[in-house]
Amino acid sequence: MIAEEKYEFSATAKKNIMILGVLGIVLFIAGVFMAMNSGGHGEEHASAIVTSKLVASADQEAAAGHEAAAEGEHHGSPVWLKRIYTSLWQNNVFFTGLGIIGLFFVAIQYAAQAGWSAPIKRIPLAMAHWIPIAGVLMLVLWFVVKADIFHWTHHDLYEEGGAGYDRIIAGKSGFFFWPLEAGGFPIFYVLRMVVFFGLWYMFFVWIKKEMLAEDINGGTAHWTKARSLSAIFLVIFAVSSSIAAWDWVMSIDTHWFSTMMGWYVFASWWVTGLAFITLVVANLKDKGYLKMVNSNHLHDLGKFVFAFSIFWTYIWFSQFLLIYYANIPEETVYFVTRIANSPYSWIFYTNLFLNFVLPFLLLMTRDAKRHMSMLKVVCPIVIVGHWFDFFNMVTPGVMKHDGGFGLLEVGLAMIFMAAFLFVTLSALAKVPLVAKNHPMMEESMNHHI
Amino acid sequence: MESNKNFVLGVFDDEDVLLHAVESVRGKGVKIHEVYSPFPVHGLDEVLGYKRTRLPIAAFLFGMTGTSLALIMQIWMLGFDWPMIIGGKNFASLPPFIPVTFELTVLLSALGMVATFLIVSDMKPYKWPQQFDLRSTDDKHIMAIDLANNKLDKSAIGAILKESGAQEVNDKNF
Repeated sequence: MIAEEKYEFSATAKKNIMILGVLGIVLFIAGVFMAMNSGGHGEEHASAIVTSKLVASADQEAAAGHEAAAEGEHHGSPVWLKRIYTSLWQNNVFFTGLGIIGLFFVAIQYAAQAGWSAPIKRIPLAMAHWIPIAGVLMLVLWFVVKADIFHWTHHDLYEEGGAGYDRIIAGKSGFFFWPLEAGGFPIFYVLRMVVFFGLWYMFFVWIKKEMLAEDINGGTAHWTKARSLSAIFLVIFAVSSSIAAWDWVMSIDTHWFSTMMGWYVFASWWVTGLAFITLVVANLKDKGYLKMVNSNHLHDLGKFVFAFSIFWTYIWFSQFLLIYYANIPEETVYFVTRIANSPYSWIFYTNLFLNFVLPFLLLMTRDAKRHMSMLKVVCPIVIVGHWFDFFNMVTPGVMKHDGGFGLLEVGLAMIFMAAFLFVTLSALAKVPLVAKNHPMMEESMNHHI
Repeated sequence: MESNKNFVLGVFDDEDVLLHAVESVRGKGVKIHEVYSPFPVHGLDEVLGYKRTRLPIAAFLFGMTGTSLALIMQIWMLGFDWPMIIGGKNFASLPPFIPVTFELTVLLSALGMVATFLIVSDMKPYKWPQQFDLRSTDDKHIMAIDLANNKLDKSAIGAILKESGAQEVNDKNF
């Protein structure tokens, strides 16, 4: 029925990825030297004053005073090292999302019994190969960066009566330290990280096993099994992705909280993942692969990117409007630090422009979604735009006024992208590019919208 | 009764036969008035040579009207006509206006699209549709050919229809 297709990870592609990675390393090293020589300690104290002025309630005043004092006493790592840590953490959270969205996309297709996506499911499956790498990186990185990125790891916050005691953070200690004593080892937090990655990886292995066994055995039994697994995974992912967002992103701004954060991080991951899948499909088609994918399938992928760009904006706005309108200081401080300071302020507006205005206008017409030329313009914009989105979620909480955007950040993003592309494409080359015995392949070939 | 519109109808049972029939009938230079079918037939628009509808353009224009109307209304009301301090915000501040703007955009876009569709399709109250063959609402596909638009006469067109697989060939005069 279908000619067997196998993706060949060509030497040219490998070379291009290598160039991307090496260029990233060079830029990163140059960026580190520039950051080391620029300093920026003078501003730090001014920033603490500005922050404490913005915070009005009595509770918060005490807390902000403590934060300012803490910053004055121990600076932690030097600014350039903090910048590297922050960028590493941001990139790892971002690319973890790309990996897990690969599995999520496959699971959604099974659970919805979707037929159209049958020939492209191997691409998100290949992306999911990043999950174990991201998990190990996340765990190792956490122990390296915890003192600088996660303010709540400092034990003096929890010593009642001590100079550093913080009533608000102490009230949240159970979320990190349960069942151990507050201020010690955050067993609950670390356990969650391990369990989430473990569960995601297990479901990835199980679903992949069914998908590959189907190639050999045929029939519908493997499809049914994969569907059951997917349904269970979706329930687990709904909970774990939300808590992961609180753990890895929201706990950086420890005082602050938002009930939208779980959705917000998920929406950002999801639309990035969709844009990445679409981009890979378009590029593979350019190289002559995926012959049975036609403009109807591209249309569906384009609609996904278009619709979820709007969905992300909806979530963004839902979070922003309520905080803006209620005007409660302990909530508005999050947006004040992002709108008032450079470089966060231009990234704040660029974020909306790249992730809402451009995809919304460029992908609105039917033709734009059906032709690869426009998809190849919009998908990179969305990927870069959401990288900036994560930059603004992670960096301001850690770096305060010392945050910078330069070669260091660009270089690290390129290194991560090269590694992610390498893992994805080499995983893609190991299995047939198009499922051989997918029960819905016929339906997908006749897909017409 | 003097009839001024004369049609030849081809009755088809199967949509695959219909699709090929449309191609061959048009290939012989016969202009098809319209095809009626009880359910959407994929690919029928393409073989009939229909251009895509421009309804999305109308939707966009109506949507933009809604956006501008909503913004102008709110900025005028809360900024100029009756300024009120709400939550310490500026009189005309953008973020709280966005939900209303969104809703009016969607509302005008949808209503405008429905109105445009009704007008373009010539559907208005008390307009009784021309029924070529009631079976097109049940289990038959009806291909209607207007004799006034074609040079061939009734029997020649009937022969072409039979040749391309029509089960019956009927006349219909309005």
